[in-house]
Amino acid sequence: MSEIEFRSVSKSFGTKQVLKNLSFRIHPGECFTILGPSGCGKTIAVRLIAGFETPDRGIIRIGSTIVADGSKGYALPPENRNIGVVFQDYAVWPHMNVLENVLYPLRMQKVPKEEALQRARAAIKQVNMDGLEERLPYQLSGGQQQRVALARALVSKPAILLLDEPLSNLDANLREEMRFEIKELQKSTNSTLLYVTHDQEVALAISDRIAVMNEKGEFQQVGTPEEVYDQPANPFVFRFLGIANFIPVYVKEGKTFLTSNKKEFLPLPTKVQREDGIQAENLLAACRPMEVELSRTTGPLEGKVVRKALLGPIIDYRIDLGGTIVRAQLQTEEGSRKNLIFEEGDSCGVTFSRLLWFPRNGEGEGTHG
Amino acid sequence: MVDIYTKPKISAAQIVLLFSILVLVVVVGIPVILIFLTAFFEDGKLNIPGFLQILKDPDTYQALWNSLVIAFGTTLVSTSVGVFFAWLVARTDLPFKKTMKALFLVPFMLPSFIGALAWKVLLSPRAGYINKFLMVLLGLDTAPIDIMSMGGIIVIESMYLFPFVFLQVESALERMDPTLEESARISGAGLLTITRKITLPLVLPSILSGALLVALYSLAHFGVPAILGTEKGIYNIPTKIYERIYSSGGSFRAIRVGTILSTILVISAALILKAQDFLLKKGKYQIIAGKSMRPMLLKLRALRTPLLIVSILYIGITVILPTVTIFLVGGLKTYGLSFETKNLTWANYLEIFRWKMTKDAIWNSVYLSLGAALVTMLAGTMISYVIVKSRPKGKFILELLGVLPFSLPGTVIALGVILTWSGRFGINIYNTPWIIFVAYVARYMAFSLKSNSAALQQVSDSLEEASRACGATHFQTLKNIVLPLIRPGMISAFFLIFLPALRELTTSVLLYGPTTRTIGVAIYALNEDGETVRAAALASVALVIILIGETSIRKFLARLQKQE
Amino acid sequence: MSELKLISVTKRFNQVVAVNKLNLEVKKGECFSFLGPSGCGKTTTLRMIAGFEDLDEGELLVDGEVYSSSYKRYYLPPERRDFGMVFQAFAVWPHLTVWDNVAFPLQIRRIPKVEMEKRVKEALQSTGLSAMKDLYPSKLSGGEQQRIALARAVAINPKVMLLDEPLSNLDPKLREEMRFEIKDLQRRFGFTILYVTHDQAEAMALSDRMLVMNSGVVQQIGKPLEIYNEPANKFVFSFIGLSNFLKVRLRQGKAYPLDLEEGNPISHEAPSELGDVCYAAFRPAEVDLVSGSSGEGIPASVARSTFLGDLVDYRISIGNQEIRVQKPKKNGVLRNGESCRIRINRIHWFPLD
Repeated sequence: MSEIEFRSVSKSFGTKQVLKNLSFRIHPGECFTILGPSGCGKTIAVRLIAGFETPDRGIIRIGSTIVADGSKGYALPPENRNIGVVFQDYAVWPHMNVLENVLYPLRMQKVPKEEALQRARAAIKQVNMDGLEERLPYQLSGGQQQRVALARALVSKPAILLLDEPLSNLDANLREEMRFEIKELQKSTNSTLLYVTHDQEVALAISDRIAVMNEKGEFQQVGTPEEVYDQPANPFVFRFLGIANFIPVYVKEGKTFLTSNKKEFLPLPTKVQREDGIQAENLLAACRPMEVELSRTTGPLEGKVVRKALLGPIIDYRIDLGGTIVRAQLQTEEGSRKNLIFEEGDSCGVTFSRLLWFPRNGEGEGTHG
Repeated sequence: MVDIYTKPKISAAQIVLLFSILVLVVVVGIPVILIFLTAFFEDGKLNIPGFLQILKDPDTYQALWNSLVIAFGTTLVSTSVGVFFAWLVARTDLPFKKTMKALFLVPFMLPSFIGALAWKVLLSPRAGYINKFLMVLLGLDTAPIDIMSMGGIIVIESMYLFPFVFLQVESALERMDPTLEESARISGAGLLTITRKITLPLVLPSILSGALLVALYSLAHFGVPAILGTEKGIYNIPTKIYERIYSSGGSFRAIRVGTILSTILVISAALILKAQDFLLKKGKYQIIAGKSMRPMLLKLRALRTPLLIVSILYIGITVILPTVTIFLVGGLKTYGLSFETKNLTWANYLEIFRWKMTKDAIWNSVYLSLGAALVTMLAGTMISYVIVKSRPKGKFILELLGVLPFSLPGTVIALGVILTWSGRFGINIYNTPWIIFVAYVARYMAFSLKSNSAALQQVSDSLEEASRACGATHFQTLKNIVLPLIRPGMISAFFLIFLPALRELTTSVLLYGPTTRTIGVAIYALNEDGETVRAAALASVALVIILIGETSIRKFLARLQKQE
Repeated sequence: MSELKLISVTKRFNQVVAVNKLNLEVKKGECFSFLGPSGCGKTTTLRMIAGFEDLDEGELLVDGEVYSSSYKRYYLPPERRDFGMVFQAFAVWPHLTVWDNVAFPLQIRRIPKVEMEKRVKEALQSTGLSAMKDLYPSKLSGGEQQRIALARAVAINPKVMLLDEPLSNLDPKLREEMRFEIKDLQRRFGFTILYVTHDQAEAMALSDRMLVMNSGVVQQIGKPLEIYNEPANKFVFSFIGLSNFLKVRLRQGKAYPLDLEEGNPISHEAPSELGDVCYAAFRPAEVDLVSGSSGEGIPASVARSTFLGDLVDYRISIGNQEIRVQKPKKNGVLRNGESCRIRINRIHWFPLD
C-alpha cells in the first residue's frame, strides 16, 4: 500500500506530446481509474509508473521513493520498483505452467523455496485457479489466463498494482465477473490500484475515484464515480461516461428556446440561472437516454418516434424533438407495463427527469453514444 | 529517503549492437565491398572501360545470357507445374491428398546436382541408358533426347525447384477464406469462372513469391549447369566464373572477371528482390479465414484416376527413377554395364568409407555444416534480437546490413571470401577448411536472421515487461523468458542451415583445396574425372545421410511443436 | 404470401444431427432472424437455403418452386438461386475495386453495360460508397467493407437476402448503425431478409419475426416482444435477456422461496401442476426493491451493488439464493449489505430440470 504521485510529468514521442505537466496523487489503498479514449496517453501513465518509459520532465514518486526524475535523467529500473502489472494481452509466459508463472516473481526475489511455493499456491487459490497449477497457458481460456496474470502480479505483495485494460480481450459476461473479482482482490490485499480503461462501465463499477482524460492527455475531472457521473465538469466528461443527449437551446428574456425550431423549451432552473457562465445566450441541455421520459399524451414537449429498437431488456428510441434527435431508453418491462411501446412514426410527449446545463461554444448537438 | 539510479553512459544494449554490426560487416559487408572495388577499380583507379570490355567479351556475354534464359525458363516451368499440382491437391477431390501433398515435397530433399547426375546417366546423348534403349527400340541412329542442352538444364532444375511454388500456393489455397469463393458462387458464378476470376488472382501473390524464389535460386545455380552444360560448352555465370578461375589456376585476372560477373549477379538478384517487394506490397491483402470451413472442391469425376496417375508418375519420374539410377550406377562394377545382379557389387559403397578422398569429404561436410549451423544460428539470434527488440540509436545500420545476405548468390560469397581472407587483411586461410566455414556463415546468415526474427516477433513486448515488473533484470529476462520462447526458431534455424550446408556445392567448389573437399565437391570432381560409378556411389551415401537427417529432424520438429 | 418454405428439413454431419425436422414459412418482405448459441444449427440452416449444403431430408421451396428436395433428389446449385448473401468475414474480393466487386454478379449475368452501370451506381449510392468506388477494399474499414458486401448483394435485386452474422466483426457502435442501414436497404429494395445471429439484442431490434434454436431443434417462433414476454420454455427465457431462476416451494397456489417458507409468498398465483418445488423465473427489471427490513414483500439483503451509470446492478440474497436486479439510478441506490424487501411483478414458472 503506497501513495503514487505525479509532479508536472511530461512525455513526448518524437514530436507528439502525450502527457503535458500532469500532476495527481493516488492515495494509499485506493482504487484509482484513468478513463479516456484510446490513444489519449493513459497507458503511458502506467508505463511511466512501471518504469518501462522514462519521463522527459517531472517527478514520479511511489511511497517515499522518487522512482523517476525527468529533468535529472534518472529512473529506477522496473525490477526495483515493487509493482505488479497486468497487461491487456495477459502476458502469461507460454512456456511455463500456471504454478511456474506465479512462482516467478518470488524466484526473482530469492524467497526460500518452501515459502515461495506456499505463497504461490495461496495466490492461485485466491484467483480461483486451484487445481489448474500444472496447466500450460494454451490450455486455459482468456479469463483463466488473466487470472494467472493477476495472481502473478499479486503474489509478491506489491505496493502498487497497475492494470492496463486487463478486461478488454474478454467477453461481456466474463468481464463483468472479473471486474468484481479484481475489486475483491484489491480490498483483501489492501494494495493501491491504478486501473486504466476506455470502458466507462468498468470504471464506474470498480473505482474509488475516476480521472477522466481527454485526447490531449489532460485530466478533465477527478472524482468519485457518482460525482463524475452526476456532476460532470463539462460536456466531454458527460459524453464519455455514457450515451449522451445534447439539446442546443438559447435563452431570451429568461425563457429557453430550442435552437433547431425556435419553439419554447423547458424553463431554466433558477439555480442554473444564477451560476456563472450560464447567463450566456447559448446553452446545451444534456441528459442520459434513461432520463428522457416519454408519455402517450402530447406535452409538455412534443416528439416523434423516428426509430425504435428493441434490445432485449431495453427499448431504444430516437425521438425527433423539433429537429433535434434525442435518444430515449426505458426498460422493456416498464414499457410493456405502462403502454409505452411506440412504433416508428408515432407522436409522443417528452419530458426529462433531469437536465444538465452547459454553456455552448461550438460543442456538438444531438446524441453521442 | 531518496534512492537514485543513474543510467550508464554506454548501455549493454549498445555494446551488443556494436558487436552485431561488427559481425555483419566482417562476414558480409567487407566481402561485398571488395567485390565491387575489384570489379570497378584497377590499380586504385576507376576503370569503367575495362569493366565494359569484359562484359562485351562474347564468352562472358553468352554466360550472362544463358543465366538469364535458364532462370526465366526454370521459373516459368516450375511455376506452371507448382501451381497446377497445388490446385490439384487443395481444390479438387483428388484421392490420397495428404500422401500426395507429402510426396510433392520430396523433390526438395534430393540435391539437384545429384538429380542432374542421374539424368545425365539416363539421357546423355552418347551413353544415356534411356537413349540407348530408345535407339534400339525405335531403330534410330541418333539419341532422341539430349539432356545436355539449355532445355535439359531448364527441365531438370524445374523438377527440383517447383516445390518452392507448390508449397506457397498450396498453403495459400488451403488457408484462404472459403466465403470469398462462396460469395462469388452466390453471385452467380460457376466453379471455372470462380477459379479464373477469384481464386487464381487471390493467390497470385503466393504464386509470385514462389516464382521469384525459383528465379533467384536458378539465376545463380551452379550444380545442374555444371554437370549438364560444361561438357557441351554451355556456361552460365557461376560455371563461367568457376571455369575462368580454375583454368587460370586462380589468377587475379580471372578473379577480376569473376567479380564483374558477380556484380551483374548481385544486381540481378537485387532487382528480383525489389520486384518481389513491389509486387507483394501491391497485392498485400488478407485472404486468411478466421474460422476454418471446408472449401468447395471441384469434382474431377472421370478425370480423377487419370490425374492421380499423372501425379504419381510425375513423382516416380522426378524422384524415384533418378534415385534408383544413382544407387544402381553406384553399385556397377564398370560404368556402361547393364543393371544385372551379376554386374552389381556392394564393394563400391564400402570403398567410399575407405578411400581417403571420399572419407575426408564426408567428414569435412559434416563438421563444417555443424559448426557453421551452430555459429550462424547464435550470431543470427543476437543480431535479430537487436533488430527486433532493442531500440538503440544506430539500429538502422544493422537493418541495412541484415538485408544484404538475402541478395547474395553463393558464387558471389565465395569470391568475396577469397578476396577478404587470402591475406589482404593479414589473415590467409585459403586452402584451409576455415575459408569454407566463413563462406557458409555468410551464405546462411539470411536463413538464420529470417527464422530468428520471425520467432522474436512472436514474443510480444509485454512478456518481457511482465518479467521486469516481477523483479527480473534485463539479463534474467533474456535467460528465463526470451531464449526459451524462441528456442523453436533457433532450432529450426540450425537445421535450415545444417541440411543445405551438408550438400552445398556452389560456394564450396570455388574454395576447396586438396584436403578440403566437401561431399558436393567430391561428387562433382569425380564426375568431371569420368569416375561416374564412384560419383554415384558417393551420391548414394550422401542421399542416405540426407534422408536420415531430414526424417529425424522432421520427427524432432514435430515433437517440439507438440510440446509448445 | 409465403416466399420461402422449409418442410421437415434435416441435416446430419457424420451421424450428428445438425438440424432436425425444421418446418418454417417466411413471408415476402419479412425480416426473419435465426437466433441461437453457436453450433445450434442456425448457420447450417442458412447454408442449406443458400445451396452450399444439400438437405439430408426435407424440401425447400422458394416462391412455390422447389429449390432443394430430398424426395425428388433435386438440388439447384447456389449460383442459380439468385439470392444475395453477406458473410461474417465480409468476403469482399481484395483484388477488385469497390466498383468491380459490386459489378461482378451483374457481369456474370451478362447485364447490358448501361443497365449494369445504373444498378451498380444505385447500389453504391444506397450504401454510401459512391465516393470510394475506385478504391481497393484493403484501404477501407471493416464497416465499409461490409457495406461493399451489402451493395454487391443488393445489386442483382435479389428476392431473398441471406445474412450470416454480418455484424459480429464490427465494433458495437458501428453494429448499431449498420443495423439501421440494413433495414433501410430492405425498405428500398424490398427483399426478404433471413438473418443469422447469436446476439439476442440484434435479432430483437431487427426482426419482424424470429426463431430461437438450440441443438438443431426449434424452440420458439414468434415476434420479438412475444418471445421476450412469453418465452416457450426455460431455454428461451434464459437465452434472451438477463434472467433469474429462483427455486420456490409451492403450497396451495402460493410460492415461497426455498428456506423462507414461513414468511410471505412471492406469489399467490402459482400453477399447481409443477410439483412441490419449481423455478420462479423473472427478469432483473421485474423486481421492486424497497429499503428497510420490515414491511411488505420478501426479506432480502443487498449482497453487491454496482453502479453502472444509468442503471444500478444488484446481487440480492434471498435465503441461500442470489438473484440479480437492475433498476434505473433515478429510483435511488441501495448500498452493500443493506436490508431490503422485494416484490416480483411478473413471474414465469418452469419445472426443475
